[in-house]
Amino acid sequence: MVNISLGSVAISFSDTLKTLFGLKIDNPSWEYIIWNYRVPKAFTAVLAGAGLGLSGLLMQTLFRNPLAGPFVLGISSGASLGAAILIMGITLFAGVLSATFINDVSLAIASSLGSFLVLFLVIGVATRVKDTMALLIIGLMFGSITTAVVSVLSYFADSEKLQQYVFWTFGSMGGLSWPQLGIFSAMILVGILLSISTIKSLNGYLLGENYAQSLGVNLKTSRYLIIIATGILAGSITAFAGPIAFIGLAVPHLTRQIFDTTDHKILVPAVLIYGSCILLICDMIAQLPGQAAVLPINAITSIMGAPVVIWLLVRKRKMIF
Amino acid sequence: MGYPNKLVCKNISFSVGIGKCTAIVGVNGIGKSTLLRTLGKLQPLLGGSICIDGTSIGEMKPHQFAKRTSVVLTEPVASKNLTVQELVALGRQPYTNWLGNLTPYDRKKVGEALDVLELNDLGDKKCFELSDGQLQRVLIARALAQDTDIILLDEPTTHLDLFHKVKILKLLKSIAHHTNKTLVFTTHEIEMAIQLCDTMLILDGNENRFDQPCKLIENKAFERLFPTETVQFDAATGTFRIQK
Repeated sequence: MVNISLGSVAISFSDTLKTLFGLKIDNPSWEYIIWNYRVPKAFTAVLAGAGLGLSGLLMQTLFRNPLAGPFVLGISSGASLGAAILIMGITLFAGVLSATFINDVSLAIASSLGSFLVLFLVIGVATRVKDTMALLIIGLMFGSITTAVVSVLSYFADSEKLQQYVFWTFGSMGGLSWPQLGIFSAMILVGILLSISTIKSLNGYLLGENYAQSLGVNLKTSRYLIIIATGILAGSITAFAGPIAFIGLAVPHLTRQIFDTTDHKILVPAVLIYGSCILLICDMIAQLPGQAAVLPINAITSIMGAPVVIWLLVRKRKMIF
Repeated sequence: MGYPNKLVCKNISFSVGIGKCTAIVGVNGIGKSTLLRTLGKLQPLLGGSICIDGTSIGEMKPHQFAKRTSVVLTEPVASKNLTVQELVALGRQPYTNWLGNLTPYDRKKVGEALDVLELNDLGDKKCFELSDGQLQRVLIARALAQDTDIILLDEPTTHLDLFHKVKILKLLKSIAHHTNKTLVFTTHEIEMAIQLCDTMLILDGNENRFDQPCKLIENKAFERLFPTETVQFDAATGTFRIQK
């Protein structure tokens, strides 16, 4: 609720509460702002934070690598490619036409197409390689390819389009309508349910793949489930809120530091809660200046989050993984 | 058995009975671990058949097979942050529900496994706090908690001192004899295996003899294991002598 009361237009906390509980306030446009802008934004932050934290945890456990995050499979790069092609690529070929063509919805579609394209390529490769570490590197390679294509597009794009693209990469919790939010939450829910179904396998993976296999974990099936869950979570978040950095990498570490367990029955719900809280707080900080300008969320997540993780690691003197 | 483009070893035939402790010995690179991993269904069989009670392991579903065979491998566990209790409890995975919740019976089995391996005092320790010998015992406890008829162990005595080597091997023998489990392990401790095992398989890439240790000694099977100009087997004492 504090989150909702903060924003470019100053609305008092009490008025916010009144609106949320259905009471009348003096300024009807405030009511409009709260219901159609602030509340969806808070929901987006909660969903995106939870999803990013969870997909980060899935990737760290699957790859048994503390550096893994939701985007190691190249999902965000795929989304960036989609967005870049839409914003900068179309101008090259279609010229003026594009101005009317680009809006939030088409951007979301383009980036989700991009991320799923990369995801399917990665799954396709995953069927061929047996080694999970090879998969990690292949994901990174896909990321490099898409980044390279984006660079080429940026080089030829005019400055206005380039700025539009850069703004997209900053990420934003705002701008989702209620129907969009509905689709978004449905996708996050599917991702979460898929992840819950893999909890037992994830615990098996803690011993390593061979041990997991000897415990009756079906490696192929569980690997697909984990990849698809991550794809849905990270892909939809990137599509609707842009490539939000850092949260996915940091939240699982923060959670492990606080809960000191390796059991995914506890870790999965914990990262969901932590992820949403942290992204909500970051979004609040982004709004705090109290001016027309809202800081880019991506900058906040890293500026605020990285020192916290460093502090936790130094204080505990050991990394829990 | 071997890998898709590399045949490691062929012409191996043996069968082990209930409650028997069997060692697989051979020189480095002959395929001891490959054989064990093939037996544990961790890598595909290239030819021939492996059966438990007449059922081919290839026909068993992963979760069925996990109730028959457990493994102790040389690779380190991925997460050293697991506590001893948690790690051993993961051995119950083939029996737990979709979330992996432990029933009172599961807890009892975990407790028994910890008892047998004398790990009760270490239950809450994290894996990174343990010595190599303790960790090896924890891994064996995990396999024991899996409550399978067969336990496969890949070099359970590496990195251990003489005392702990003997301790682990004696423990394996007593597990096999008292719980009626079939234990198969690979080892380089040929002299100890001769003293402690019921049967042995000698991988030499040729005959691959399988018999009781005393019979193998009679048949001079150990003599051909290593080049005689370096080490020579002394049949009287059952030990290897270094050639000066």
